[in-house]
Amino acid sequence: MQSSSDHEGSKLGMWLFLYTEIMLFGGLFVLYAVYYHKFTDDFIAGGQQLDTFFGTLNTVILLISSFAVAAAITAIQNNSKKIAIILLGSSLLCGFLFLINKYIEWSHKFEVGIYPNSEKLLESDPGLNIFFGLYYVITGLHGVHIIIGMALLVWSLVRVKSNHITDQNYVLLENAGLYWHLVDLIWIFIFPLFYLIL
Amino acid sequence: MNQKQQAHGISYGTLLSVLTTLLALTAITVYASQIDMGALNIWVALLIASTKASLVLMFFMHLRYESGLLKYTFTITVFTLAIIIGLTFWDVAFR
Repeated sequence: MQSSSDHEGSKLGMWLFLYTEIMLFGGLFVLYAVYYHKFTDDFIAGGQQLDTFFGTLNTVILLISSFAVAAAITAIQNNSKKIAIILLGSSLLCGFLFLINKYIEWSHKFEVGIYPNSEKLLESDPGLNIFFGLYYVITGLHGVHIIIGMALLVWSLVRVKSNHITDQNYVLLENAGLYWHLVDLIWIFIFPLFYLIL
Repeated sequence: MNQKQQAHGISYGTLLSVLTTLLALTAITVYASQIDMGALNIWVALLIASTKASLVLMFFMHLRYESGLLKYTFTITVFTLAIIIGLTFWDVAFR
């Protein structure tokens, strides 16, 4: 009985934190929307320089990894420790692949002189500079969240291995999973805003 | 307690069909973005993104099976964000 209310409380705490994350990225999306409204042509010119292929690939990778984490919770509830470990491992692998793609994408942008405060951007229209500024801030902050999410998944994986996370007490795995899903959720909106509608 | 947690359990099959739907929606939104519909493109993309987000929230994040407290506080959060977006655009549009 006592650990039951504990479980609920832990999850409520995690959700309250996730609400602040929604507000954080929500605020950045408002910024994006207002500047899109003001510099539509520059945003379209900037968006066309982003590679839809990478955006789509990373969307697919994150969706699969989100599924793997959700399935890992089901596995723990069914007492299948081995399956849970394999699923958590694969979602971590997906996180790595996401970061590698991001690295390729960003380094290509750097090569062609598109990075914060670069000469090319400072000389071009202010709208273009703002577009890529928002691109780096939003995808960069999202990337930091991927790294934190992966750290939480590693922690959960270790705790599953050491039998600290079991079908009786798996709130840590659930909360790590919630964080990982939120990171996926944010990407679901970043993807169309930067890669598709422009 | 065990019984209560068990009620949250979602089968692999359900999760897999949610994933399939999410991947299909991704394909649809990429395809839709290639068609020129003018201003409608943005709304189609946002509608599909919101549908995908709802699926992730409902099934992967178990929100569908959670207590009213979590459902209400989540709704309040989204509502607050909507007010912020609405008021900002009211300001921007009439400047």
